[in-house]
Amino acid sequence: MVQHTVKAFDEDITRLRGLIAEMGGLAEAAIGKAMTSLVKGSTELAQAVIERDARIDALESQVDRLAVRIIALRAPMADDLREVIAALKIAGILERIGDYAKNIAKRTGRIAGQDGFGPFPLIPAMAEIAAEMVHDVLTAYAARDANLAVEIVERDAKVDAFYDSIFRNLVSYMVENPSAVGTAAHLLFVARNLERIGDHATNLAEQVYFAATADYLGDRSERPEN
Amino acid sequence: MEVARQMNGNRQTPWAGIALALVTVTLLAWAGLPLLGLLAVAGVWIFSFWADRLRPETEPPVQRLSERPDLDAIARGAMEATIEAISLPMILTDETRILAANAAAREALGNHLVGQDTRVALRHPDAISLLDQPDGASVVAPALTVSDSLWQLTRHSIDNKYRIIEMRDRTAEADMSRAHTDFVANASHELRTPLSSIIGYVETLTEAEDKVDAALTRRFLGTVLREARRMNHLVVDLMSLSQLEADKHDLPAAQIDLNQLAARVVSEFAPEPGGPVKVELEPSGEASGMAVRGDVKQLEQLLRNFIDNALKYGDGETPVKVTLSPGPRDTVQLSVRDAGAGIAPEHLPHLTRRFYRTDPGRSRSVGGTGLGLAICKHIVERHRGRLDIASTLGVGTTVSVRLPLVHEAALARA
Repeated sequence: MVQHTVKAFDEDITRLRGLIAEMGGLAEAAIGKAMTSLVKGSTELAQAVIERDARIDALESQVDRLAVRIIALRAPMADDLREVIAALKIAGILERIGDYAKNIAKRTGRIAGQDGFGPFPLIPAMAEIAAEMVHDVLTAYAARDANLAVEIVERDAKVDAFYDSIFRNLVSYMVENPSAVGTAAHLLFVARNLERIGDHATNLAEQVYFAATADYLGDRSERPEN
Repeated sequence: MEVARQMNGNRQTPWAGIALALVTVTLLAWAGLPLLGLLAVAGVWIFSFWADRLRPETEPPVQRLSERPDLDAIARGAMEATIEAISLPMILTDETRILAANAAAREALGNHLVGQDTRVALRHPDAISLLDQPDGASVVAPALTVSDSLWQLTRHSIDNKYRIIEMRDRTAEADMSRAHTDFVANASHELRTPLSSIIGYVETLTEAEDKVDAALTRRFLGTVLREARRMNHLVVDLMSLSQLEADKHDLPAAQIDLNQLAARVVSEFAPEPGGPVKVELEPSGEASGMAVRGDVKQLEQLLRNFIDNALKYGDGETPVKVTLSPGPRDTVQLSVRDAGAGIAPEHLPHLTRRFYRTDPGRSRSVGGTGLGLAICKHIVERHRGRLDIASTLGVGTTVSVRLPLVHEAALARA
C-alpha cells in the first residue's frame, strides 16, 4: 500500500484493519468453539463462547467510532474511502456471525445428553465448511485478494446444499421419532444459523471485492428463499 | 528552508520606517520645536530599527533530526537480514505494525503482511493475546494459515521497541496424536460391535433356554461363532500390524522367487473340481530372475490380501488376474486386477488408512476388518517397494506392487 503523506492517517487505516482482523479471528474461533461445545455437550465451553461475544460487540463499536473519526477528520478519498466504508460494513457482518455462533452455543445444554450427533454427522461437516469460508474471506481481506473473494462466493452453494439435505433429513427424523422433536428442532436452528453464517461470509467476500476493485460483485438474485 | 528565506526577507533595511521617522521630525521642526531635541528623538527612533536587527536568529534544527532515523534504519535492516536467513517463519513488528517478515513467514502467511497491523497476521484471539503478554511468552493457536493448522508462537522483545514473533508449525504433531487417538477409538469400536452381538445372543440363549428350540439355538450359536471369528481376525490383524510397525526398519534378508510364491498363493484359491476358475496367474514369461529379498510369510499375506479384496469386490464372474512382470529400473511388478465396480477417485488416497471404508456396510458384510490394505502398505514399505492402486469406476481396480529385484550377481554370491 502506498504510504500517505499524513502519517497519522496511515496509522488510522492500519489500526482499522487490525481491529477488523481481530474481530474476524474472534468470530471464526467462536464458530469452531460453539460447534465443539455442541458436539461434546460441554456447557462450560458454550459459556465461554457466549462471554467472548461481548468482546466482538466491543470491537464493533471501536471500529464504528474509528471509521467515523477517519471520515470526519481526514475526508478519505478513492480506495481509502472504500476501505473505511467496507470496514464499517464488515464489522457489522462479523458481529452478526458472532451472534449466530453465540446462538449455536446457547443450544448446547438442550441437545447434550443425546448419544453424539448420531444421525446428523452432516451438521459438523457443514460447520467446518462455513467456518472455512469465514477463515478464507478474512485471508482475502488481509491480502486484498479479489479472486479469492469470488471463489468464496461460489462456495456458498455447497453450504446451501448441505442445509437443504439436513433440513430434509431432520424433517423425516421428526416424523419417525416424535419424542425427539425438541432436539431436532434445535438442530434445525443450528443448521439454519450455519447457513446464515455462510451467507454472511459471501457478503463479506462482496465487501472485500468492493474494497479491492471498486466494482460490485453481481447481484445473486437466484438465491433460494428458505 | 522556506521559513529561513522568509526570516531573511524580514531583515531587510526598513526604509519605510526610516522615511516615516524623518518626515515626522521635519514636520515637528517646522512647528517650531527645538532642533537639538528633535535630532535626539530621530536618532533614538532610527537606532531602534538597527537594534531590532541585532536579535540573534534561531537556527532551525533540521539537520540534527535527519541523522537519527538513519541509525534506526541500519539497525532494522540488520534485523531484517538476520531473520531473513532463518528457516523458521518469523515476523518483526513494532508496537502496532509488521515491519518485516522473513521468507518462511511470507511463504506461510502470504506476501501482503508487511506494513499491516500485527493483528491482521495473527487474527486468532489466542494468538492476539500474545501481544499483551510479557517477553518470552508463547501461545499455541489454531488456523493461522489454513483452518486445520496449529502454530506455536513465541515473542521476543528487542530494545522495548521491536518484537520478533517466531512461529513453529505444530500441525503434524497434532495430527499424529489425533491419528493415534482415532486409531484407538476405531479399534475399540470395531471390537465392540461383534462383542455386543455375541453378548446379546448368548444372553438370549441362557435366559430363555427352554423357549428356544434346537434349530434356533443352532442359528444363534452360528452367529456367535461367526462374530467371534470376526473378532479373532481383527485381533490377528491388529497384532500383525503392530508387529510390522515394530520391525519396519529392518530389511528382510531371505531370497524369494516371486514366481513360485505367486503360484503357491494362487493355488490356494484353486476352484473346487468342476467349478469356475476364480483366480488366474499370468506367468511372467521368465522362468527365473524374479528374486526379491523378502519375508515369505509377509509377501504371501500381501498377495492373499490383494486376491481376497479382488474376490470380495469383483463382479464375481470375471476371474481375478494376477500378473508378474518386470518393472522399470530393476524392479518386479506384481499386479492383481479385478473387474468390479471400481473405487471412486476421492477414496483412492485414503484406502491404506486403518479402518477406512468406502462403504462400511458392505465391507463388514463380506467380513473385512478394515485393516487389510493398511497391513499391505506396511509390508510394502518394509520391503522398500511401492504400492499403487489404480481404479476406474465401472471397469475395475488394479492393485500393483513394485519390489526391487535382487541382481544376478548378488544371487551368485549368495
